[in-house]
Amino acid sequence: MAGSRMKLDLSRVVQGRGRLGLLKEVGRMGQHSVDIPGCLLYTHLGSVPHLTQDTLHTISCLPAVTHVTLSNMAEHQEVLEEFKGGLKKFAGLHDTVLYCSLHDPAAHCPTGHTTNKTVSVWGSGGRIELTAAKFMALQKTVQPDWYQSMADGETWQTGTSRKRVRKSVDRTLAHLDECLTVHQKSQDLEGVDIFGVVEGGDILEERVRSARETAKRPVAGFCLDGFQTGAMDQALRSQLITAVTQELPEDKPRLLQGVGRPDEVLECVEAGIDLFEGFFPFQATERGCALCFSFDITPNPERAAPDEEPHTAGGTQLNGDVNCDDQTHMTRFEMNLKDKRYQDDFRPLVEGCGCYCCRNHQRAYVHHLLMTNELLAGVLLMIHNTCHYHSFFRAIREALANDKMDLLRRSVLWNGKE
Amino acid sequence: MSATRNSEADGNMKESSMHFKKALSAAPALSLKIIAECPVTKARACDLTLPHCTVSTPVFMPVGTQGTLKGITVDQLEGLGCQICLGNTYHLGMRPGTELIEKANGLHGFMNWKRNLLTDSGGFQMVSLVELSEVTEEGVKFKSPYDGKEILLSPEKSISIQNSLGSDIMMQLDDVVSSTVKGPRVEEAMHRSIRWLDRCIAANKHPDKQNLFAIIQGGLNAELRKACLDEMIQRDVPGFAIGGLSGGEEKDDFWRMVTLSTDYLPREKPRYLMGVGYAVDLVVCVALGCDMFDCVFPTRTARFGSALVPWGSLQVKQKQYAKDFQPIDPDCQCPTCKRHSRAYLHALFKSDTAAMHHITIHNIAYQLTLMRSVRQSIVEGRFPEFIQTFMKRMFPSRDQYPSWAVDALASVNVTLE
Ligand SMILES: [Zn+2]
Ligand SMILES: [Zn+2]
Repeated sequence: MAGSRMKLDLSRVVQGRGRLGLLKEVGRMGQHSVDIPGCLLYTHLGSVPHLTQDTLHTISCLPAVTHVTLSNMAEHQEVLEEFKGGLKKFAGLHDTVLYCSLHDPAAHCPTGHTTNKTVSVWGSGGRIELTAAKFMALQKTVQPDWYQSMADGETWQTGTSRKRVRKSVDRTLAHLDECLTVHQKSQDLEGVDIFGVVEGGDILEERVRSARETAKRPVAGFCLDGFQTGAMDQALRSQLITAVTQELPEDKPRLLQGVGRPDEVLECVEAGIDLFEGFFPFQATERGCALCFSFDITPNPERAAPDEEPHTAGGTQLNGDVNCDDQTHMTRFEMNLKDKRYQDDFRPLVEGCGCYCCRNHQRAYVHHLLMTNELLAGVLLMIHNTCHYHSFFRAIREALANDKMDLLRRSVLWNGKE
Repeated sequence: MSATRNSEADGNMKESSMHFKKALSAAPALSLKIIAECPVTKARACDLTLPHCTVSTPVFMPVGTQGTLKGITVDQLEGLGCQICLGNTYHLGMRPGTELIEKANGLHGFMNWKRNLLTDSGGFQMVSLVELSEVTEEGVKFKSPYDGKEILLSPEKSISIQNSLGSDIMMQLDDVVSSTVKGPRVEEAMHRSIRWLDRCIAANKHPDKQNLFAIIQGGLNAELRKACLDEMIQRDVPGFAIGGLSGGEEKDDFWRMVTLSTDYLPREKPRYLMGVGYAVDLVVCVALGCDMFDCVFPTRTARFGSALVPWGSLQVKQKQYAKDFQPIDPDCQCPTCKRHSRAYLHALFKSDTAAMHHITIHNIAYQLTLMRSVRQSIVEGRFPEFIQTFMKRMFPSRDQYPSWAVDALASVNVTLE
């Protein structure tokens, strides 16, 4: 298991209820640990969207892992090569684990540019084609603590043919072997963890085959690709994830790509997922929304329900569908601060929230900032949404520890159309 | 080596004791304590005490048009040492409107800013932003860009809005004429501004907690300026602004109007030079005796990746910085320069708006630090030396010094080396 250091300590595995544990010895020096189920910190080039280090660190529940994507970084390869110190140092990040994925889960990635030998990422300057060799050269300059192997993930659209799905599984395994060969020989990547990618679209046999084959390789963990919101309904997703996780070793972490909605996260935790990408708060921010779903699992029924009715009254613009094709649509877990009824609402975004925004500002002010297109709107919403979302993950761990997943689900879904 | 002198000490300004006595009886919402005066130039360092905190002058006031400062939180702004910033009456009166801001306990409460605020009259924005505006003795008439309704901004209305906003310093409504306009219109505007000042004073509902500043008009005509000064300094106002400048006029005319104004303004009241914010202009106009400045430039230019530095500016988005791993200014102590390189900011500009916030923070820090250094040098009696060093750093050689700055500084006994 060359280079692989992270170790998963599961404190609790409840069949069909999820895994609770601690991912230890994470990072090149093995000095970090990550609570499972957990969520990564979503960034653009190492910066949480809209935030500077000062505004970011007003948030107390920040995750240990910072997520960057090759789609943001590929165009800066030459710069990073000359810099030599890796992205962490380049971005002014100090005490964090750096995880590098291929694509940006919040950005649209055009299809039709994948070949047997290459995948493409889309940065600000357009498309950049990556071979496994170039992919690995990038990893050496980025110097993450942990990264996702190269993968052909272009099979998430419904109706993708079995033949195409099979090809994506084969290609992804071939990419993984090529990455591993370079990885094991590279001194630059010593102590760095690599995750294999499980593909297979919506075809059960291909999912199982991809999982089995990937599990045979010396990887530190697994990325489950092609399950993103919009790709399939939750029942099928849960079924496939359960099938996949059954094929994977218990002692290695599983990271699910492209799923961020709170209800879907809960389902996927119960199907055996350990880690999620944290892009959902960013998407809510971009649509001018504040996350407001409740995740209170205190037994008192009065407290289990949210004290406000943040969005029941505005039902017309709410998208309550579990399967929403378009990730840019508002979900039922958030309130649209652009709505006129917040114009003279002097309450914090969420009563009781301890984030910088809720401690200092009111809905009416955020509404005003949105109406006047002021940049501070994005800053304040991003602070609140990040804080709210990562607190939700803490609640998931508490619920798993105390057998309260049902209570948590009820609390999360309360806001919706139950 | 304290050069600090008491404010009653030798006045090198033209003033009469009459003004001073009047100041004592005037607005309790403001007090100006002169900490030091430059023995060579007309520069001064003061403590300007306003309802929310004391402001160390000379001061640069960042502009937060819509009740927010370009993506910067109030905590960040406070962290940079900002003691006073601006809000725009026109914008805020339109959106979210005075009724709402009153409910939110004024603009301070609405934006949760604990320090001082200055609001303009709204007139300038109207003249510059709204096409259909007509000025009559009543006020400025314009069509709302939101609903097309005709609105009259009278002196009373302007003060009423500013009273609702609850700013620490309010500006009178003045009849704004472009500084490049000449002829009878300038004189008319000057006289009207005096009449409007009286109406503004009468309209102020909170003279005990909101300070109304008069605005000296008169275009580029020395006689008109002098006439305006003569009239306005007789009014019982807590402070004065020098208006109608920095609108595209020749710099030679600009500085002469500034120095003429400070010659006549009472020593014991603050002088605010409106719309000035370039580093060279700030240093020269401090030498000419101004205390307060504002300008949208440092924050606006940040959005385009232009970082202010002691040698001018640095365009972070330019290719040459892609592999430049130094901070914007290695000597700058701001949060941006302490953590990030030019190269990272260059790259981040392609990915996220946070890049703008980094430059905005740096630029505000630059302006505030510059003014603190200016003040320090005045207090320590070495302002003329400060000017020499500042100019040498800003310009590659002496022959690149702008001639207006050389002349202006010479007029206050500083000959640039
Ligand atoms: Zn909050
Ligand atoms: Zn700086």
